[in-house]
Amino acid sequence: MYRTADRRAGSLWLLACRSSAAVTGAAVLAILLFLLWFSLPLLDADTLSKLLSWDWRPFHGGFGILPMVAGSLLLSLSALLLAFPVSVGICCFAHGMGPSGPAACLLRLVKFMTSVPTVVYGFVGVFVLVPLLREAFRSGSGFCWLAAAVGLAVLILPTIVLMLHSQFMLIEPQVKLTATALGMSPAQRLLHLVMPNSGRGFAAALVLGFGRALGDTMIPLMLAGNAPQVPGSLLESLRAMTAHIALVVATDSQSLAYLSLFACGLILFLSTTLVNLGLQLLKRPEEDKG
Amino acid sequence: MKRLSIFLCLALFSLAFGIQAANADGLDAFKGKEGTISIAGGTAHIPVMKDAAKTIMSANPAIRITIAGGGSGVGIQKVGEGLVNIGNSGRKASEAEVSKYGLVMFPFAVDGVATVIHADNPVQALTGDQVRAIFAGEITNWKEVGGNDGAINVYARDESSGTREVYWKKLLNKGTVVASANVVPSNGAMKLAVSKDPNAIGYVSIGHLDGSVKAPDLDGVQVNQEAAKSGQYPVVRKLYMNTKGEPEGIVKSFVEYITGPDCVEFIKAAGYIPF
Repeated sequence: MYRTADRRAGSLWLLACRSSAAVTGAAVLAILLFLLWFSLPLLDADTLSKLLSWDWRPFHGGFGILPMVAGSLLLSLSALLLAFPVSVGICCFAHGMGPSGPAACLLRLVKFMTSVPTVVYGFVGVFVLVPLLREAFRSGSGFCWLAAAVGLAVLILPTIVLMLHSQFMLIEPQVKLTATALGMSPAQRLLHLVMPNSGRGFAAALVLGFGRALGDTMIPLMLAGNAPQVPGSLLESLRAMTAHIALVVATDSQSLAYLSLFACGLILFLSTTLVNLGLQLLKRPEEDKG
Repeated sequence: MKRLSIFLCLALFSLAFGIQAANADGLDAFKGKEGTISIAGGTAHIPVMKDAAKTIMSANPAIRITIAGGGSGVGIQKVGEGLVNIGNSGRKASEAEVSKYGLVMFPFAVDGVATVIHADNPVQALTGDQVRAIFAGEITNWKEVGGNDGAINVYARDESSGTREVYWKKLLNKGTVVASANVVPSNGAMKLAVSKDPNAIGYVSIGHLDGSVKAPDLDGVQVNQEAAKSGQYPVVRKLYMNTKGEPEGIVKSFVEYITGPDCVEFIKAAGYIPF
C-alpha cells in the first residue's frame, strides 16, 4: 500500500520537477529567440559594420558598441583578478590556516555579503571610494575603471568564496583520516591534499565569478563613469554593456541607438551562456570519476 | 460616545465637501465622471502631475489617476503602444515617433537647463564659447577660464535624457562632447556628482538647482527661471504631455486641467514656468 502511494507521490514529484524544468528551459529559449528576432534588423552588412566599430556618438552617426564590449571584458576580468586571490586567502583561513572561531565568523560574514543588494555597494562606492580615488590620485573624477573593479570585486567575492568553500568541504572528509594518520597539521592537509584536489572547484569559482561580474549593472553604472571609450588607464572612465543598456533603453525607440541595445543584450546573453556551458563541461568529468 | 463620533464624522464630511465646493471651479469638468487615467514618462513632470491628481481625486473619488516615471523615451513608447493614456516627455517626440504612433503633443511648462560647477569653484561667469570648448575637450584646465589650477572633469547625461537634448542643441550647438566625459543617468545623480567633485562641470534642469552646486552666469546673464521666462537665458525646453490621437473623455479634461489656469501654482511650485 505504502509503497504504491509512495511511488505515486514520487512520480507526481518527478512530473512536477520535469515540467518546471521544461518551463525554465522554454523561458531561456524564448529569451534567446526574442533577442534574435529583435536583432534581425541589425543583420545587414551596413548596419553590422556600423555597430561593430569603436565610435559611439549616436548624435553624429557613430553607433559602435565595441568600446562597451571591451569595457565589460576589462572590467569583469580585473574584478576577478582582485577578488580571486582574496577569496582563496579567505578560504585557506577558514579551512585550517586560521583559528576556528574567527574562521567561522569570517565565513558567516561572507555569507551575509551575498544578501547585500548591489545598489548598496554602488552607493557606498559613490560616497566613499570615488572621492578617495579622486583625492589619492589627483587624476580625473574618481569615477573610473578602478572604482568599478573594486566594487565588483567586493560583489563577486562571496560567490567565489562559497564555491571554493563547498569544494573544500567535499574533499576534506575524503582525506582527513589519511592526513591525521600521517601526522599532518590542518594547514599542511589543506596545502598538500585538499587544494591540489580542488582544481575543478577553482575553475568553477573563476567561471561563476566572471559571469556575475559581467552581468552586474548597478556597480558599473554608478562607479565606472560610463564614458563610451576604451580606457587608457585604471583611472579613466569606461562603460560596460549592462550600463550601456540601462543608459540608452529610454531613448527614441525608432533609432539605431535603440537597436544597438539588442546587439548588446545578445552578446551578454551568449557570453553568460557560454560561461555556464563551460561550467557544465568542467563539472562533468568529476561526476564520471565519482 | 457613539453619537459623538457620528457627529464628528458628519462634521468632517461636511467640512470636506464645503472646501471642495469652494474650490471646484476648474474641476467642474470631472463632475459626475468616473474612470482611470494612467500616466507615465518624464520624471521632471511628476511633481506637477501628482499635485493635479491629488486635487482631482479628492474632489472626485470616482476618478483614479496613476502616475509612473521611466523617462521621456519610456513615456512616448508607453503611450504609443497604448499602455498608458498620457505619456510625458521632456523633449519633442521625434518625427518617426509621431508618425508611427499618431501622437498629439501638449506642452504645459517651460524648464531651463543650467551649466553647473562645484559650489566652491571661484569661476563666476562663463561665455557660451568657453562652455562649448570645455565640453569639446579644447579647454581642459580651470585656470584657462579664470579658476584654480585643476583639470576639468566633464559630466554629461545619458543618450535618452531630455535635459541633455536641449543643452546639446541650444548651448553646445550640436557640437561634439569629449569622449572621456562621465555619463550620469539622472538630474539627481548629476547634482550629486558635481557637488562632490571640485573640478566638475555638468548641467541640470533649473528646477533642480540648489545650494549644493553653482550655476555660473552665461554670457553675462544670471541663470534662473525668471531669465528663462523672459527669454534672456536661451537654454530652455518645454515639458510635454503626449496622447495617442486626440484625447477624449476624462483624459481630455485632465489635459485641459493641466494646461489651464488651475495648475499654474503647481507648475511654479515645481520650479518651472507655466507655458
